[in-house]
Parts: sequence; C-alpha cells; structure tokens
Amino acid sequence: MNKIAVVSAGLSSPSATRVLADQLAEATRLALPGTEVEVIELRPLAHALVDHLLTGFPSEPLRHAIEAVTAADGLIAVTPVFTASYSALFKAFFDVLDHEALAGMPVLIAATGGTERHSLALEHALRPLFGYLRAHVVPTAVYAATSDFGEHAGALAERINRAAGEFAALVTGLGPRKPPADDFEEPTPFDRLLSD
Amino acid sequence: MQFGIFTVGDLTEDPTTGTTVSEFERIKSMVAIARKAEEVGLDVFATGEHHNPPFVPSSPTTLLGYIAAQTSTLQLSTSTTLITTNDPVKIAEDFAMLQHLADGRVDVMLGRGNTGPVYPWFGKDIREGIPLAVENYALLRKLWDEDVVNWAGKFRTPLEGFTSTPRPLDGVAPFVWHGSIRSPEIAEQAAYYGDGFFANHIFWPASHTKRMVALYRRRYENYGHGTAEQAIVGLGGQVFMRKNSQDAVREFRPYFDNAPVYGHGPSLEDFTEQTPLTVGSPQQVIDRTLSFREYVGDYQRQLFLVDHAGLPLKTVLEQLDLLGEEVVPVLRKEFASLRAPGVPDAPTHASLVTAKEMVAS
Repeated sequence: MNKIAVVSAGLSSPSATRVLADQLAEATRLALPGTEVEVIELRPLAHALVDHLLTGFPSEPLRHAIEAVTAADGLIAVTPVFTASYSALFKAFFDVLDHEALAGMPVLIAATGGTERHSLALEHALRPLFGYLRAHVVPTAVYAATSDFGEHAGALAERINRAAGEFAALVTGLGPRKPPADDFEEPTPFDRLLSD
Repeated sequence: MQFGIFTVGDLTEDPTTGTTVSEFERIKSMVAIARKAEEVGLDVFATGEHHNPPFVPSSPTTLLGYIAAQTSTLQLSTSTTLITTNDPVKIAEDFAMLQHLADGRVDVMLGRGNTGPVYPWFGKDIREGIPLAVENYALLRKLWDEDVVNWAGKFRTPLEGFTSTPRPLDGVAPFVWHGSIRSPEIAEQAAYYGDGFFANHIFWPASHTKRMVALYRRRYENYGHGTAEQAIVGLGGQVFMRKNSQDAVREFRPYFDNAPVYGHGPSLEDFTEQTPLTVGSPQQVIDRTLSFREYVGDYQRQLFLVDHAGLPLKTVLEQLDLLGEEVVPVLRKEFASLRAPGVPDAPTHASLVTAKEMVAS
C-alpha cells in the first residue's frame, strides 16, 4: 500500500490551501486505490519550526511530521503564494529536512493565491526547490486562484485530475521507497573512515 | 564516578544589568570557578576552546596550567580541544607539558568544533571536519604512544624521525574522551580506540543521546575493548538551582531567554522538557541527573554547565556551593548504589600507569 504525505502551509481555517491539498489527495486516492494519506498542517508547527532553526533539533510533534514525510512514497506539497514565492512557513519545513530526505521521491507541487498572476511561482520557486532536493517533480503543477474555486472550478478539477494521474503513475512506477540509511544502526566502520 | 563542571568561556552581557565583564575579569573568574570546584569537592574542571569573540579561552593549556598550580586534586580537562583545526603535534606537546606540570591530573576531550569561519583561519575546510578528526587523531595517538614517529597524511606536512617533547608523563598519554553532539562517526572513533565517549547531551533531546551512547557501547564491545557496559561514558548537563524551585525559574529565565545557542528560541519550559536542562531545587537536579542513567546506563563522568549566559560570578559560585553541598554527595551515593558490578571508573593517570605496569610485568 502506498503512503502519501500531504504538506499544507495554509494559515487560516479553513484555508484555500488546505482545500486544494485535500482535493489533490482525494484525486490521488481515486487514481491509486488503497493509498494511505497523512496530512501535515504546518500552522500548528510554526513555533516548533522556528525553534528547530535555532536549536537544531525538532520538538516531538515536528519530529513526527518530518518522519511522516521522509517515510512516504510520495509527497503533495501545497503553499499559499506570499510576495511572489512560497510562504516562509512552507520553506521553513523544507529547510529543516535532511537534504537527502526527498531524494527520488515523487512530489506534486501546488499553490494558491489571490489572483492568477502568481501562478508561475510554482515554476520559478517550488520546482527548483524540489529539484535541488533531487525529488521527481510531477510535470503538471496545480495553481488555484480565488476565482478557481467558483466560476472556473471545472478547469481546476481537470487540472487536479491530470496532476494526480501523473503523480500516481510516478508513485506506481517508482514503487515503495527504500528508507534512508540509518547511521546509528549501520555506522561506517572506522577502518573505512581511516582509509578515506 | 566523577562530577565536575565544563565552561564555554563566553563573554555574554548580563541581561538583568546590561553589563558585560571584561576579558580580564572573565578569564580570572574562570580560575576562581575552577578553584571553587575543587574547594566544594568536585572532581573535574573542563574548559572549551574558541577562537572568536564572544569567547575568551583560545589557549586552554595556558589556563589549565595556571589552574593546576592553584589546585591539588582537581582533574583538568577540555570541552573540547579542536582536533580538526589544531596541529596534532602541538596538541601532543601542549598536553604532555601540562601533564608534567599538573602531576598527571590531565585528560583531554577532543571535538570537531562547529564554528564554520574558524576552519579557514587555521587553513582548514569545515567540509573535511570528519576526515580531519580521523586523520589528526590517528597522528596524535602515534605521537603520544611512539617515541619516534614516521608519518604522512593528507592534511599536514609529513614527519620523518620526529619525537614530540616532552614525552607523556610516566610514558602514559592523557586519557582521551571524544566529544560529540550529533556525529555517529565520533562515537565510532571513540569505540575503535577504546577511548571515552562524551555526549554533549545539553543541546539535544535525551532520545538522541541514548542512540549515540548505545552506538558507542555496541561498537566498543565489537572492537574488543570490553563489554558494552564497561565502555567509558561521560555526559553534559545544565543546571540552575535555588532552594525554592520557583526562585530558580524566576532568576534564571532572563539568562535563558538571551543565552547564546538557544536564546530567543524555545521557552524555558519547552527546553527543560526537551533537553537535560534543569532549573529548580537541588532535589530536582538530583532526580533529573539520576534519570540520565536510565537511558545511557552506568556512566563515569557527569559535567555540568553552570557559568554561561552572563551569570555573575557570585551567582556561579553559589551554584557550585549547592552542587558541592547538596547535590553531588547524594549523587555519588545514589549512583554508587545503583551501579552494576564490573563497571569501571573513568581512567586517571594513576590507573593508566597501573594498567601499563600490569601489561609490562
């Protein structure tokens, strides 16, 4: 069974970002029956994220969130667009992940904004971020402006389904992810450290 | 079991008065703190090494040599000596010299140092931190254990027929602890050599320290130095005490909130829950410290951080009085009664000399 993590950086409740995240998760579930979905809302982790930046270690709830994302077979990442890019809260979460944590993971990127004019933030901000982390970013990225939840909802739904289909194909094609190596269970033997 | 204190030697503004002591005052206060540690019955004083403001201890063996002359039983150590950016030849010489002056009351804790800019000041690269720690220590070991050294490596000029002087006191090198906050490679290094492993402990959650120490113990046994339970473990701790725990919290909070490293981050309450920091009564410190044993096993050395974040000298000396009078005597008794048979003490110069003589005879 596939495990999908959803990271949502919306701030209000209910937030458009969470609504979009849920729609993407639902479309993925339909495309991949039996998928297990865990949603991580970043707002309750906001203080913990800043603390982590300062202390270098996560609080228990944040550690759980990091582990859920790291152990997933695919990730749906959704942020509101703030000042022409992802929000600071969204970025803070990916800043505290190990830089290998998402390597090889299928990632579906999505964003919300007040107007359609910010849609390319997905291409110039989110896609390079996940490219740097060596994730497989789904070709179709989903942007939803306020109007997309009303009169243009049909077009949005179509885009969600296309993105979810591509995401599902990647998750299926790549199969379950191998967990990252655990340095504590399997330390590098010292003679190798000496000879390196 | 050994109890002591370790200092980072920071020059931090006292947030309650807005004043910062001079370097002169801070350095002299470190000496006063060390003398007080011996006076109240503690076993160990360890100093950090830093090469950038706001820290003063750039020259640990100078400080420890001066303290050695003013004390008679205190074990002198470091927290940590930078194995990455110091020349291993100079470490070998400085600490052997200190050993002679201090009649053997010397050990050393090696660490990598996590201040990025320091590396290039000494011609090194922080990205090579682990390889530097590995190669430099291999050379340091040779310089202490072999009278004539031929050596070539990646990071230093080769040595041909080199003898570091003075030779270690009684032909026995200072005991080495390897200190780390987070690197499993350092636990592996300590295990490989059968040296001590010191978990910083104070900046990260107990769950992390538990994994680090478990790795070290398992690998120590694996490398044939003894059983996992016999491995030599030290832990950091951080305390602030008053008779009444509410007074301790009220007095320490401004120092916590503005402290280097974690200041302006988590609340005092969150950090107390997440790390070994204990702010409260002496009894609370006793209870918390005894609980460390539950996740690292029987261990040999407990060092407390008590003198940072701008705390005035008078307050620090009061903390040492509380440690010496109320906390450590109880901890000694309790830890001794809980300790499993066959668990060794931390090596000292005397015990290492005895061990060497037994091998020779």
